[in-house]
Amino acid sequence: MRVSIAILAMALGATGAYSGEDASLTLEDGQSLTIRTDAPPHTENLSEITSGWVYRSDETQALQLDDFDNPAFVFVDQGIDLYAAVDGSEGKACASCHENVEDFAGLRASMPKVVDGELVTMENLVNNCRTERMGAEPWKWSGGQMTAMTALIGLQSRGMPVNVAIDGDAAPFWEAGKELYYTRVGQLDMACSNCHEDNYGNMIRADHLSQGQINGFPTYRLKNAKLNSSHGRFKGCMSNIRATPFAEGGDEFKALELYLASRGNGLSVETPSVRN
Amino acid sequence: MAKGVKPRVRVPKKAAAGEIITIKTLISHTMESGQRKDADGNIIPRSIINRFTCDFNGQNVIDVTIEPAVSTNPFFEFEAKVPESGEFKFTWYDDDGSVYETSKPITVG
Repeated sequence: MRVSIAILAMALGATGAYSGEDASLTLEDGQSLTIRTDAPPHTENLSEITSGWVYRSDETQALQLDDFDNPAFVFVDQGIDLYAAVDGSEGKACASCHENVEDFAGLRASMPKVVDGELVTMENLVNNCRTERMGAEPWKWSGGQMTAMTALIGLQSRGMPVNVAIDGDAAPFWEAGKELYYTRVGQLDMACSNCHEDNYGNMIRADHLSQGQINGFPTYRLKNAKLNSSHGRFKGCMSNIRATPFAEGGDEFKALELYLASRGNGLSVETPSVRN
Repeated sequence: MAKGVKPRVRVPKKAAAGEIITIKTLISHTMESGQRKDADGNIIPRSIINRFTCDFNGQNVIDVTIEPAVSTNPFFEFEAKVPESGEFKFTWYDDDGSVYETSKPITVG
């Protein structure tokens, strides 16, 4: 038995999925991101939390280290153009009120959060501005414009530790998210936890399971060559277990987003990350 | 002109004389292959960047013919030997006749 375990460990090592035990990665511009740290106390079943970056192949990991190589920055550039573009009946752009996008530093790390008794995500904030202040049409939750904008705003917080509030007003939403995380659904009768808590690091078909951390969203995925929202990813997971996905932007996914974000409290914001 | 085309390049600001430097270029472009059909079954016309060149002080460094199989947002990384201070000039040629240009200076010494 011991021999087979050793062989398995060697096989895993050979794939290059685990780049040592480093607690951080360093970007080409010198910025350091925490990819491994102690799990927050409310994440009872994990001792250490790890970024999804750790589970990727060397080549995919390298793409994220340099902003020029990171394909997500094509979309961040689109976000910069959108930020300055006037839209809607009020003749305003994002930049009309929020002059410098840099002022959003720190926002991504605290999202989603509860405002006036409602759980709001970054997408809600963007669309609220568009409909209430700009007189413009709301963007589709996982559309190209929305993900470009959330990537641009999220990028301002890159390197900051995720720190979402789970107490006070947020507690009921967090509990709802936790409930969803541990509830088995679909024909395969699986919960999020069955893969991402019980089996992270193991193979699922040809790929390594991660802990399902969302600190890098929106994330550029090699499989579809575009930015993907966290809710879009949740939908993909639910389809994979033959369940009927909840709606993007719905109460269920927003609660799940809060719960998942809280499981990553302490990891750096990696937006925009590169994944399979 | 194709929409949302934006060239970007990375060239080191400084180099030693005769040093071999790495240049990275990327242009955002849909690179429509001409093989795909739209929802009504009509062929979507080909629209790609068909040629990419890089020149240094008027001397050609690289000249690439690009075919429809090249994916969206073509990325090129190559090396060049820098004998003196000067300017790298990058040019992309679109099927529709548009030419996208950008340039980067480099200082030797």
